[in-house]
Amino acid sequence: MAACLQHTGYDQERLLHVSDKLPCRVFQAGTLLSLMGEPSQYSYPSIFLYGHRSTGKSHVVSTLLQELELPHATVSCVECVSAGLMFERVLLALFGPDTTSLLPRSPSLSDFVRIYRQQCPQSPANQTRFIVIEKAELLRDMDANLLPVLLRLQELIEDNVTVILLSEIVWDQFRPNTGCFEPLLLHFPDYSKGDLQQILSQDIHPSYSAELYSAFINILLGVFYSVCRDLRELRHLAALNFSKFCEPLKEGKVKESDTHKLWRNIEPHLKKAMQTVYLREVSSVQWEELQMEEKESGAMKGLSAHAHVELPYYSKFLLIAAYLASYNPARTDRRFFLKHHGKIRKTNFLKKHEKTSNHLLGPKPFPLDRLLAIFYSVVDSRVAPTASIFSQISSLVTLQLLTQLGHDDQLDAPKYKCAVALDFIRAISRTVNFDIVKYLYDFL
Amino acid sequence: MSKRKADDSHMPIGESISQAQTLLRERLCHQRLPTRPEGVASQHKHLLELLKRTAVHGESNSVLIVGPRGSGKTMLLRCVLAELLTEADVQKTLLQVHLNGLLQTDDRIALKEITRQLSLENVVGDKVFGSFAENLAFLLEALKKGDRSSSRPVLFILDEFDLFAHHKNQTLLYNLLDVSQSAQTPVAVVGLTCRLDVLELLEKRVKSRFSHRQIHLLSSLTFSQYLQVVRAQLQLPDATFPDSKFCHDWNASVKALCEDKSVEEVLQRQFNSTKDFRSLHRLLMVSLCRVSASNPTIKPADLVDASRLFSADSKTNILHGLSILELCLIIAMKHLNDIYDREPFNLQMVYNEFKKFLQRKSHSMYNFDQPVVMKAFEHLQQLEVIRPVDVAATRAQREYQLVRLMLDHTQIMEALQKYPQCPTDIKQWADSAFA
Repeated sequence: MAACLQHTGYDQERLLHVSDKLPCRVFQAGTLLSLMGEPSQYSYPSIFLYGHRSTGKSHVVSTLLQELELPHATVSCVECVSAGLMFERVLLALFGPDTTSLLPRSPSLSDFVRIYRQQCPQSPANQTRFIVIEKAELLRDMDANLLPVLLRLQELIEDNVTVILLSEIVWDQFRPNTGCFEPLLLHFPDYSKGDLQQILSQDIHPSYSAELYSAFINILLGVFYSVCRDLRELRHLAALNFSKFCEPLKEGKVKESDTHKLWRNIEPHLKKAMQTVYLREVSSVQWEELQMEEKESGAMKGLSAHAHVELPYYSKFLLIAAYLASYNPARTDRRFFLKHHGKIRKTNFLKKHEKTSNHLLGPKPFPLDRLLAIFYSVVDSRVAPTASIFSQISSLVTLQLLTQLGHDDQLDAPKYKCAVALDFIRAISRTVNFDIVKYLYDFL
Repeated sequence: MSKRKADDSHMPIGESISQAQTLLRERLCHQRLPTRPEGVASQHKHLLELLKRTAVHGESNSVLIVGPRGSGKTMLLRCVLAELLTEADVQKTLLQVHLNGLLQTDDRIALKEITRQLSLENVVGDKVFGSFAENLAFLLEALKKGDRSSSRPVLFILDEFDLFAHHKNQTLLYNLLDVSQSAQTPVAVVGLTCRLDVLELLEKRVKSRFSHRQIHLLSSLTFSQYLQVVRAQLQLPDATFPDSKFCHDWNASVKALCEDKSVEEVLQRQFNSTKDFRSLHRLLMVSLCRVSASNPTIKPADLVDASRLFSADSKTNILHGLSILELCLIIAMKHLNDIYDREPFNLQMVYNEFKKFLQRKSHSMYNFDQPVVMKAFEHLQQLEVIRPVDVAATRAQREYQLVRLMLDHTQIMEALQKYPQCPTDIKQWADSAFA
């Protein structure tokens, strides 16, 4: 370890222990510690820590506070749906269970501050009390006064208290209209590739050597580093794929030192994992099952689960018609769906600007009449406009493959929009032998 | 005396530093009152006079203290109160009620708080009042003891005064100002606010009951005075500090610090951007934190570092931690902004722009599926680097939801400069859309 935490106010041995627990974060922990000062000294009323997900914000703060045994309360805004719950937790952690009964039902900020001030002289702490608030960005959705109050809590309560806010979002997005007490901003930078390698290499598998594991991490980072820097996510991916990596070793085909062969073996799996596990399309259990299956059947089936939606025959055509109506301009319908559409000057027809491509701008709304007209011309058999067709349209709306615009009670000439992607509609039209790309104006 | 001093001056350095830290931290963080407020002598005199008239002579009054955040409104008021309370008879009779617009969010809570602070809970008991005014009148009546001369003056301090104006019907303000107009109990209402247009917020009937006295705190410090303030903030008191030698050294080092060229530059920049004391305290606090036994004085470099910490753009910091893919998307968005003159865009357009870049490159190192790109895009949205134009329109497909980029050109370029191991082709692409 390059640096070590040092502070006169605390026991040196404990600090050593703390810095062991915080790999690659000693500098940030040191800054925080120096801001906190000795336990008896005043600290800055509010500190705002920001940085990306899993850069060790909560970990550093909670390790410091716990290991140094400072009085603190940690609340997460995700858990506290109301301000009352937050007050209860803070009081419980700082003053024990008796105080929470003093809070009235649905307590106001005024009640909280009053009870806190009452409790202060009864249990005087000669140490700074810390209130840690995680996911502070959610404070903005709560009571408008809550954030300004927390920021200047020290002044309002007249106690040696420091509020530490943790968030992923920058402070500029928090500032209320009339301004407020400005907290001290502290940035937690992301881990560099070297840091990630160092941290990830710590969870070694007991039956394999450390070098092998760190070689594996190296390969993993090579594939995922450009899309994902989230330590937690990388760690999960590492745990999932390590057994696959070791398979050739177990079978005795490859030696540990032959990293190139190991790399060739694992790389396609990692690429595949990026398409599925990283997107959370499948859970890790399903992924493991898939890997098992693959060994048996030999072929990996397409994983994009949403490409397989079973629909009735006419519904498929309705959906295709809706897609065409959404993405083609109405003036081109004659050209696509009329046998004798007369003469159209080809140059004029094809002249279009890239900006107007509907596949960039998104689907346009269309009336029901147009949908039905296109439907009758794309479906090969004659269909009567029965109630069954109309009910299929409304069930497509329920499935959220179509969206109805305007109010539901508009009965005459309702308007719809198609809400499926090109890949999806291609898969659908393939099942009914319909070449949709030929009918799309954007792809002419 | 001198003997004791000689004994004390052998304190180990660590201990004296911790003493100095304790003292200065209380000053910088806990807003300990200075002996004499800086640069607001006339306002101080004015306010003291006003409050004295209420406290001693029993005249009612109302006043607003207006000034930007961190300009020392609370400090001024507290200084005046501290001075007022040095007089014995004032201390005996004057009652204070501190209300804060942030805490007392409606008039019911405020009234409860007033009752509590006047310690009249027992008197009120379970009484039921018809109206707010009746309740307040009862409270004030309860304070009277017999004849008018002995009724106790009450000082109402309303912090964040503008927030009280948002209460329903402004009942509290109306009643308080009404009492201060009529010759009942001597009452002084002091409002503190950072809104210059606060009077516009008041209803007509409330406004007419206000005395229209306003004390403005607009800092008129010159830079040399500002430097004096900095020095005064950091100096240790000669008389009371236990270790006289350390104190002397420290004060000398503070003097040297304030005369340093680079420090002066930093402070000049700070002074030009804002004169408020809070941000100055923040700056000094961070540099003070660096002081330890091995580094017993504040060095100019500490102050320069601290100012760099504050001037660092946090959005650029956040961009630093993005993955290559996310950075590519941001560059694509930047180009879209340039081409379409800051019109909102959607994911499809961004992806299209990104694909155009990839097509120009022969190697497909960054060839990602659209779902992976989508996930990166959503992460950016979560970080509020991009923001949906219309929050209500969630019914649109995610790919086609219109968003706006919340960064400007310089932030992106600066982030790219700092980005660790940024591939050159991406840098070139950022410079021009056709690279």
